[in-house]
Amino acid sequence: MDRGYWMTPTEKDGTPGAGGDCGCAPRTVPLQSFLPRTLGRIDTPWSDGVVTTEVGPVPRVRASLTSRDRIATFRVRSGIGRDNYRVAPGLYAVGNPTPASPVLVTANYKLSLDRLRGVLPGRDAWILVLDTHGINVWCAAGKGTFGTNELVRRVKAAALDRIVSHRTLIVPQLGATGVSAHLVRRLCGFRVVYGPVRAEDLPAFLDAGMQTLPEMRRVRFGLRDRVVLVPFEVLSGGRYALLAAAALLLLGGLNPHGYALAGVGTAGLVAAISVLCAFLCAAILGPMLLPLLPGRAFSVKGAALGVACVAGSLAVRGSSPAGLHNVWMHRAAWALIVPAISSFVVMTFTGCTTFTSLSGVKREMRFAVPAQVAAAAIGLCLWVIGLFLIGGRTS
Amino acid sequence: MRYLESVLTLEFDAEQCNGCGMCVQVCPHAVFRMENGRAVLADRGACMECGACARNCEREAIRVRAGVGCAAGVLTGLVRGTEPTCGCSKENPSACC
Repeated sequence: MDRGYWMTPTEKDGTPGAGGDCGCAPRTVPLQSFLPRTLGRIDTPWSDGVVTTEVGPVPRVRASLTSRDRIATFRVRSGIGRDNYRVAPGLYAVGNPTPASPVLVTANYKLSLDRLRGVLPGRDAWILVLDTHGINVWCAAGKGTFGTNELVRRVKAAALDRIVSHRTLIVPQLGATGVSAHLVRRLCGFRVVYGPVRAEDLPAFLDAGMQTLPEMRRVRFGLRDRVVLVPFEVLSGGRYALLAAAALLLLGGLNPHGYALAGVGTAGLVAAISVLCAFLCAAILGPMLLPLLPGRAFSVKGAALGVACVAGSLAVRGSSPAGLHNVWMHRAAWALIVPAISSFVVMTFTGCTTFTSLSGVKREMRFAVPAQVAAAAIGLCLWVIGLFLIGGRTS
Repeated sequence: MRYLESVLTLEFDAEQCNGCGMCVQVCPHAVFRMENGRAVLADRGACMECGACARNCEREAIRVRAGVGCAAGVLTGLVRGTEPTCGCSKENPSACC
């Protein structure tokens, strides 16, 4: 209960207003207890009262985003508190929906709900939030939590057949990985219509009588889509990079005579900086330059990026006064370690993309992982041997 | 951008197709196309094995080994001895997604 204001009590503890520890005291707490458990919550910052239906009051959400929502989005994108970015599942309203209004299905990840309600100002609709454990639609559909069973369960739990007069559910297209349209129809009588991939196309889709244009069905992965993933890429892998850097920093003290702290500040520091640079280079430039890097396998793209980085840094360093880095063995070491790191980091970016297949990933890992491990291990050995050579010369 | 195509597992049995067009609707990479009232494979190499088409094919005309195309997920699966998983489960919500 200490993470963020979006934290809603789980169904288990069920305490109304338990999310109020953030200074945003729920406005209408007592009413929540009168709402059926199967409906959404009304005590969140994005709540906007209730809509009365035959079955009872349905909580309404605001159909626009506030600066607070945007700050929270940035936080979650950066990996801060993203584990608790959940919305209570159930039925919600936007605007003043009638029994004829469309039903839009989404996940109980707040970014998913935000995307949806953000494009609905001035519209009347029902939003059915499935319990995907706070995971977005596509990932949850891949897991099956955004799936046929959960959808059917929520439709029945919310008594949707009594709230709306039609029998149509609009499911985001990327939810199709988990939802079987024909099974949903068989199990609860509702017809599934797959909406556009992106929420921004939803108004056009609704206005066109629920018709998608081919362009609305395609997943894009442009520079913008890749750049928003960079902060998470950096923060999620950063701790491992820092650990590796710290280890090398300490190892830098090794010399033929044992251990000297002086080495930590010279060879150790250079090594630590090199590792961090290799990581940052791959985590930031990798996603951004992805289409420009050679090869189709991400490990190859990453290795190429690493080689380019090494070549670049050697070109710069080559003209500087003879530093520790000029020992040829250390050059060779970094020429192996840096591409190994960047190859691995860019390879893990496959999970963030929209076009890599499991078969393809397995295929590239079969040759890439052994190569990365070998390159890093040989590089590390050369580096340690180099330390002894340097130590021998300077003492 | 294209990915490794030779290892894809997507299979389509045109004989079974009833022309409902669901696969064309759900595919995020326009792998299928309608032609003379039947679906055809238009761009098999663009498949990302998400499995949406197979799940929404009432005639079970489509087969694909669906999964997450995620290297970290494959590694997690290897370590845990399970299928590749991105870790976004109820027990371990510290996920990538």
